[in-house]
Amino acid sequence: MTDDWTLVIKPKKRLLDLDLKGLWRYRDLWYMYVRRDIVTFYKQTILGPLWFLIQPVLTTIMYMFVFGGLAKISTDGAPQPLFYLSGIMLWNYFSDSFNASSNVFTNNASVFGKVYFPRLVVPLAGLTSNLLKLLIQLVLFILVYIGYRIAGVQLPIRPALLLFPFLVLLLAFHALSWGLIISSVTSKYRDLKFLVAFGLQLFMYATPIIYPLSAATGRIRTALELNPLTPIFEAFKYGCLGCGTLSWGGLLYSTVFMLVMLFISLIVFNRVERNFMDTV
Amino acid sequence: MSDIAIQFENVGKLYHLGSVGTGTLSHDLNRWWQTKILRKEDPYLRIGETNDRAHRGNSDFVWALRDINFDVKQGEVVGIIGKNGAGKSTLLKLLSRVTAPTTGVIRAKGRIASLLEVGTGFHQEMTGRENIYMNGAIMGMTRAEISRKLDAIVDFAGVERYLDTPVKRYSSGMTVRLGFAVAAFLEPEILVVDEVLAVGDAEFQKKAIGKMQDVSRGEGRTVLFVSHNMAAVRSLCQRGVVLENGGMVFDGEVNDAVDHYISGSFLVEDKLIADSITYKKDYININEILINGTTANQTSLHPHQQYLDVVICGITREAMKCEVKFILKKTDGTPMAALVEGRYKGKLIDVKVGPFEIAKHIRLPKYLADGDYIIDLDIHQPMIQDYLRVRNCCTLHIEGFYNEFARTLYLAHEGLIGLESDE
Repeated sequence: MTDDWTLVIKPKKRLLDLDLKGLWRYRDLWYMYVRRDIVTFYKQTILGPLWFLIQPVLTTIMYMFVFGGLAKISTDGAPQPLFYLSGIMLWNYFSDSFNASSNVFTNNASVFGKVYFPRLVVPLAGLTSNLLKLLIQLVLFILVYIGYRIAGVQLPIRPALLLFPFLVLLLAFHALSWGLIISSVTSKYRDLKFLVAFGLQLFMYATPIIYPLSAATGRIRTALELNPLTPIFEAFKYGCLGCGTLSWGGLLYSTVFMLVMLFISLIVFNRVERNFMDTV
Repeated sequence: MSDIAIQFENVGKLYHLGSVGTGTLSHDLNRWWQTKILRKEDPYLRIGETNDRAHRGNSDFVWALRDINFDVKQGEVVGIIGKNGAGKSTLLKLLSRVTAPTTGVIRAKGRIASLLEVGTGFHQEMTGRENIYMNGAIMGMTRAEISRKLDAIVDFAGVERYLDTPVKRYSSGMTVRLGFAVAAFLEPEILVVDEVLAVGDAEFQKKAIGKMQDVSRGEGRTVLFVSHNMAAVRSLCQRGVVLENGGMVFDGEVNDAVDHYISGSFLVEDKLIADSITYKKDYININEILINGTTANQTSLHPHQQYLDVVICGITREAMKCEVKFILKKTDGTPMAALVEGRYKGKLIDVKVGPFEIAKHIRLPKYLADGDYIIDLDIHQPMIQDYLRVRNCCTLHIEGFYNEFARTLYLAHEGLIGLESDE
């Protein structure tokens, strides 16, 4: 055959077939998915996009009451609202992105069952729409931050804050790779879905969000440092709140961990992508 | 060779029946052990059976498709026909890359767009306009491309007034029309269509069929068309492929393919019409009964066939003054139409002693629904005596007539006969 076929459909594909060209060709679909996520979020609501802010504000108040007021967990000298808000903001980004990626197959079965497009468009769009949400919440954070500065509270701004885009990227790809693995497995074995739902909640307490890493000592601290998300949260708080620690080793560990997981997840996703319609 | 648009080579697809989840993990591990470690043949591929859903098989694995080999030329419109579960949709799913084949290779040239079901990805909360963009993007169009065609799409769907209304407020027909319109303006090199014409009102169906004809004839695109509507297949396609239990049983000119499919699907019992005689006078002997030129108890009417012939041959030892009563019943037994000219018009036949041949040339209505009908045939002297009763003697498959209509009538919704009005 010397024919120039543009499409060859075979049972077995290469182990890692990313189809970046295809992804690029479907960039408008990615845009439409992001738009859909944002637009449908506030359709038929009175407050509209304000809801992106109400949730973290209420959560922060609740944390201040429970963890700060009742349990008296230290915030390492940082003002409680800023401490909790920064943690909640970043955590929400991680968990929402993770959920978006982990439900790729089950939520889109009806669409995937009819048309082909690079499936990776959907989780990537999920990361993007959540990023927009994070940016809106970041504006709130900055406003509160400025408020505290004007009130005369000492809040150092360190050069480590320049890492912020990198930290968000790291969080995004952690969420993506874990989510993709989960979505690939749950497309066949549903059990994992239940584990994941409360596992994620528990995992939040294993990440320094409502407490500073410095509050932990000994074995517990070592365990917390094994959590690849820990250095990300710590670095952000170090950069703008003056608490927390900047650990280059930790960030390197987190990055390597992310890259390995991303590689595995893309292989798994790639395998499942082709046949999941038969098992979902 | 360069004019081949799609090539199927030994394509097969194996499905696992029953519930996925129980035992799949152990099967998966076993398969992995056998193929990757012991380097043996996949244990579950071997035990696959042909897909005959009526009979219980010995294996949980069935071939939804097996050994499919055919080429489709550039610009050809191919109809894929077959009973439910014959593998038609699986074939299209493989082609549109929704799922991967188990064996074989499919090669294609150009962009493939599938209309497996219109309105894919419509979001209820979004407006018609937003959904056009969303749907178009899912099908592989760029935003610029959609903007350029937006007016044509909206015009074709006829939803201009509702363009900025959420789709959840649309009637179901409007949703479908919008979905079809987006797909119709997609302009891919290869179009895969599955049963989209079964929705929408007659006016829209006419438009849709017209658009499909434009796409295939005028614009020279390759189309694969799956439908149970034989009239639509005949009018749209040049070539037909008949699938049965996952295998290809016929490939050729579309009219031959449809005939092959129809004759194949009604040979439930191979009997003669004359076998169904339930009563006759002792002095009558029947040699043969022909309906539509055949003595077999299944026959089908082609579109545009406007007459049905009934011939009864036999010998009688007594003279008869009789009529032939011909009744067309639905498969559930409801009578739908009758030829009873003797009883109501006094049109009787005199049959003399000896051999006889009674022939009726029955004119059928101008618009007739598609479907299967059962025939009852009686020879009697109205209100006085029966000579012969032949009940449920023949299954008549009517493809329906649709001169000037966009499509045939549906028996279930619109009844047997199409009406006309004077201007």
